[in-house]
Amino acid sequence: MGNQQNPLQEDRRFRVSNREALMGVGLALLNFIWWYAFAYGLGGKPVSEYGFILGFPAWFFYSCLLGFVLFSVLVYVMVKFLFVEVPFEDKEGEET
Amino acid sequence: MNWNVILPLIGFLVLVFAIGTYASKHIRNAPDFLQEYFLGSRQLGGFVLALTMVATFGSASSFVGGPGVAYTLGLGWVLLAMTQLVTGYFTLAVLGKKFAIVSRKINAVTLIDFLKERYQSKWVVLLSAFSIVLFLFSAMAAQWVGGGRLIESFTGLSYTASLFIFAISVLVYVVIGGFRAVAITDSIQGIVMLIGTLLLLIGTIIAGGGIENIMTELAAENPKLISPFGADGSLTPAFVSSFWILVGIGVVGLPQVSVRAMSYRDSKAMHRAMIIGTVVVGFIMLGMHLIGVFGRVVIPGVEVGDKVMPLLALEVLPGWLAGVVLAAPMAAVMSTVDSILLLVSSAVIKDVYINYVRPTASERRVKTLSIGITAVIGILVFLMAINPPDLLIWLNLFAFGGLEAAFIWPIVLGLYWKKGNAQGALASMLMGVGSYIVFHTYSPNLFGMHTVVVPVILSLIGYVVFSLLTQHQQRSQQNQIIERFWGE
Repeated sequence: MGNQQNPLQEDRRFRVSNREALMGVGLALLNFIWWYAFAYGLGGKPVSEYGFILGFPAWFFYSCLLGFVLFSVLVYVMVKFLFVEVPFEDKEGEET
Repeated sequence: MNWNVILPLIGFLVLVFAIGTYASKHIRNAPDFLQEYFLGSRQLGGFVLALTMVATFGSASSFVGGPGVAYTLGLGWVLLAMTQLVTGYFTLAVLGKKFAIVSRKINAVTLIDFLKERYQSKWVVLLSAFSIVLFLFSAMAAQWVGGGRLIESFTGLSYTASLFIFAISVLVYVVIGGFRAVAITDSIQGIVMLIGTLLLLIGTIIAGGGIENIMTELAAENPKLISPFGADGSLTPAFVSSFWILVGIGVVGLPQVSVRAMSYRDSKAMHRAMIIGTVVVGFIMLGMHLIGVFGRVVIPGVEVGDKVMPLLALEVLPGWLAGVVLAAPMAAVMSTVDSILLLVSSAVIKDVYINYVRPTASERRVKTLSIGITAVIGILVFLMAINPPDLLIWLNLFAFGGLEAAFIWPIVLGLYWKKGNAQGALASMLMGVGSYIVFHTYSPNLFGMHTVVVPVILSLIGYVVFSLLTQHQQRSQQNQIIERFWGE
């Protein structure tokens, strides 16, 4: 900004890392919504009206058990298909 | 004494010593002592990385305190514990490649190395080192108390003797083996935690007559035990949700966790660690806390929460298997303590001594001092833990919150925001830690949330406002920093 020198050549690997950091944030947001909506959506009712799945109250089943499985799978999918491998070492050993 | 229980535990300790000895060979042959001792020469693979993060993070509170609270409050506490699922992937996704690339560019070994180069400010370094030593020391003391109590409860030895055994075990392998020993023992401890959780979970479900039966009995005793609000209705949505900050995303700011994001070998290792870490964290947190809830049906009427886990293991499993399972909390405590110990000593040696006291110290001197200081800090913690303060879980969480408030923005925005500068970082740390201590003392759970939330927001405001206000000062220095960190 307002810099007359030659503009900064940004490390290309950072485009990858910035995008992946945003994906991580997005997944965490999704995770929160899933967790909250089922826990308090279904769990907010009086206990006598609870449904049960595999012995667990439905809110707990969806929020904690299914949520755990679902987000483990989503992490796998995200990392396998969207994350890109980049080398960490500098190509031409920078000055130290 | 119950030898069935003690023998597996002794076996476990012997294994841990063997690893320390193995790792010490690496130290003797390493080209760069500091990189090896404090970072394992950045060679961690995905599996070891995932387990060392899980084991470091999963502490006494997950294995001893946590299940005890779950026993008292019911499923609502499990819901709260599951906020930790996000740490498995979030920390690595956010710090991930960028932290690894940058720390190699600037040759950083510790978190403070990174902050020093990024902000070029003596005060940032000293304040960071001070926060690390203060908060991590108290976290460590809390963990040692947990370790001592655990050994006390299995062996029937006095508390002091138990603490002594614990201290010697940890000190030996950390002091001789450094980070590599810590990472490898952490992985083994992670596996022990995983197996322990699985065995105890199965044992407890069988002893309770199946999940359906357990839920029915819990609901009959107090319907709120199976609601998300806790047996006494104390778990409000705002309070429980605020744990997403404390034990979820805020963990990015914990030095003992973030330093691991410098240590992986390549991006493949990081990818694997994200997957394995998420599954393992989720399973252990879900399993351990469910065990606490289920335990209420199997062994009703336990008064002291911390005893739920050991009593349950002895109740539902054969003796030798209980020994294996009870090694799990030991593993959790040891693996948290070992990395903190190393971090505190790196703050003293690398960040203060080499930076400011004697920059020209010889390799040999640094080596001797690193090992010596690590041992001295260990002994100091031991002395602190002899007369322990109560409420292990809260002391531990106090340290967590304080560190998160101090470091989360200087790390995250330091990596991603070019305008962030030393004034911003200083303001952020002072406001974060200061307000955390004030709120913790005078007004905990402000707005019904965990104390950490408001200080984290304040420190963000501090960082942004002060960075913007002072962005016209030291223009050329800032440009150099940007060039060095972001440049090709």
